[in-house]
Amino acid sequence: MTSDGVLLNVADLRTRYPVRRTIADRLARRPRQWVRAVDGLSFSLRRGEMIALVGESGCGKTTTAQTILRMVESAGGTITVDGQDITALSQRRLRPLRRGIQMIYQDPYESLDPRFRVRQTVAEPLLVHGMGASRAERDVLVSEALERAGLAPARLYLDRYPHELSGGQRQRVAIAAALVLDPVLLLADEPVSMLDVSVRAGVLALLDGLRRDGRLGVLMITHDLSTAAHFADRIAVMYLGRIVEYGPAREVISDPKHPYTKALLSVVPDRDPRRRTRAQILSGETPNPVAIPAGCRFRPRCPIAESQCAEVDPQLEPPSGRHRVACLLA
Amino acid sequence: MRDLNVWFTLPGGRELHAVQGVRFDLDAGERFGLVGESGCGKTTSILAMMGLLPPNASVAGEVRLAGTNILAGGEDTVRPHRWTDLAMVFQGAMNALNPVRTVGAQIAEPILLHRESSAAFAKKRAGELLELVGIPASSAVRYPHEFSGGMRQRVTIAMALACEPKVLLADEPTTALDVMVQAQILDLLVRLSDELGLALVLVTHDLPVVAQICQRAGVMYAGEIVETAATDDLFHATRHPYTRLLFAATPDLYGDEEVVSIPGTPPRLDEPVTGCPFRPRCDSVIARCELERPLLRLVGGPAPHEVACHRDDAGGSADREQLVTGGTP
Repeated sequence: MTSDGVLLNVADLRTRYPVRRTIADRLARRPRQWVRAVDGLSFSLRRGEMIALVGESGCGKTTTAQTILRMVESAGGTITVDGQDITALSQRRLRPLRRGIQMIYQDPYESLDPRFRVRQTVAEPLLVHGMGASRAERDVLVSEALERAGLAPARLYLDRYPHELSGGQRQRVAIAAALVLDPVLLLADEPVSMLDVSVRAGVLALLDGLRRDGRLGVLMITHDLSTAAHFADRIAVMYLGRIVEYGPAREVISDPKHPYTKALLSVVPDRDPRRRTRAQILSGETPNPVAIPAGCRFRPRCPIAESQCAEVDPQLEPPSGRHRVACLLA
Repeated sequence: MRDLNVWFTLPGGRELHAVQGVRFDLDAGERFGLVGESGCGKTTSILAMMGLLPPNASVAGEVRLAGTNILAGGEDTVRPHRWTDLAMVFQGAMNALNPVRTVGAQIAEPILLHRESSAAFAKKRAGELLELVGIPASSAVRYPHEFSGGMRQRVTIAMALACEPKVLLADEPTTALDVMVQAQILDLLVRLSDELGLALVLVTHDLPVVAQICQRAGVMYAGEIVETAATDDLFHATRHPYTRLLFAATPDLYGDEEVVSIPGTPPRLDEPVTGCPFRPRCDSVIARCELERPLLRLVGGPAPHEVACHRDDAGGSADREQLVTGGTP
């Protein structure tokens, strides 16, 4: 661990996917186009901290996680985990480090193998990484992981199949399968959006408790601002592949600076009917990341855009401040 | 809707009582929310209203449309009303649309079938309907894959409105959509119900959505409605422990209170339940809850407020005060 406690540092990360060219494109010799899914993303996460990456679908949240996991190769920038630059490591040298970075997927109905008992699902990562010398040793690790994920006593769950578990329990099994490798970094991609409202809080409290223990940090990807407000230390609002606002969760919610954040917050329905939300509905949807607008990427949908916004691509300011915003007019 | 019951016959002859005695009333132009967790019977209830349940389902009860029970004669009495009086918007707009036909043709189809109108009229009407939901009429020649998720949902709404229904049943119409697009669609539904006097039944698991757009709502649990009230009373004068706990499990953007999940899971509906079905998860159980199933009763006014909870009996009013204060943050 580095002295400042930074666990994950992402600097100017870029990920792009090629757009398939049709025969007509080839004949006309049109240049290959790229989807700039992540386009200059920077943030850092400390141990014991939870950052929520929020934004609409297609803003590059999931691609960010996949790039950090090196499931997708980056086209620029660096990813540093525990002080080590993993951006260009070979798969062979990456493997021992990958053990420390685990992903929790959105849908525990799909991420668990229906023919595997809980014991097998949670022990599988140990086998993949060659941990736990004997079956008995693995059983101990599996039980520990299950109990850490809130499935206690573990013996009640070890021999069950996913269909015998509720949605919340399934997601806890998926979390246990990540914890069994004792990771330093958890990437949770919409960890509760497939679960019923009544069990969501429990799973989120579990992730919250895990990072408060100080052994690991959590990057949570979510489209739900209320969840981010309650459980994350910091919120990073993403728009078209880049963070447009970043700061302490409470501050971003109570005092949003970026017009996009303001609009997003205004459309979150309030559970109290008396607090009518005055929705500031943006027309249209996130533009195509093949053609990111010049200047400020939010300009075409921005309610307060001025002429200067078409010329300058705003960066997060102040660069090392607690609360940063990429807007010329904020 | 009166005493709606739905049973599914399972392989092996067992029965699953999916919907039990669901009832609510709906005025023209009124927006009613049906809230509950997955498997609580909310979708089954509205599919039953539409007569669209699979063959292994048996339905009992009444769906009265301006006085006439449309369920009285099975499919024969439902069919004349389906799409013309009662229409439905399904969850997941991509699956509800035919990928190989233009959206214009799909919107025109129910008009041709139910209104026996000319092709030219149906085409013209499809264009008007698209405009009504905020899509240029010129887009009628496009295919579903050329539209974004939000636009496709607008198309399914246009389709449901094709025969000028009086009641629109919307099953999780915004669940798969982003917040900004959700806001656009909800805005559209509110505008349509206001302008066309359309009654809307919004089925969702999302309490805040109901709080913001519906005047009244029913909370469903294990196949029955446990509380019905004006949305304002549902939040500010909560009577049923489940409603209160559901609010406590819903994070509030600006609130500081802890978000707490409800322990346990809903009961299996293929096994008989004795007593109150919510009892195993409830935080305020009394002896009676174990013995007797509480029925939905009128408990308060001026706006009708119904609740199915023993704690809310006349004798237990002191306890109720406590429950109410506990439920209002």
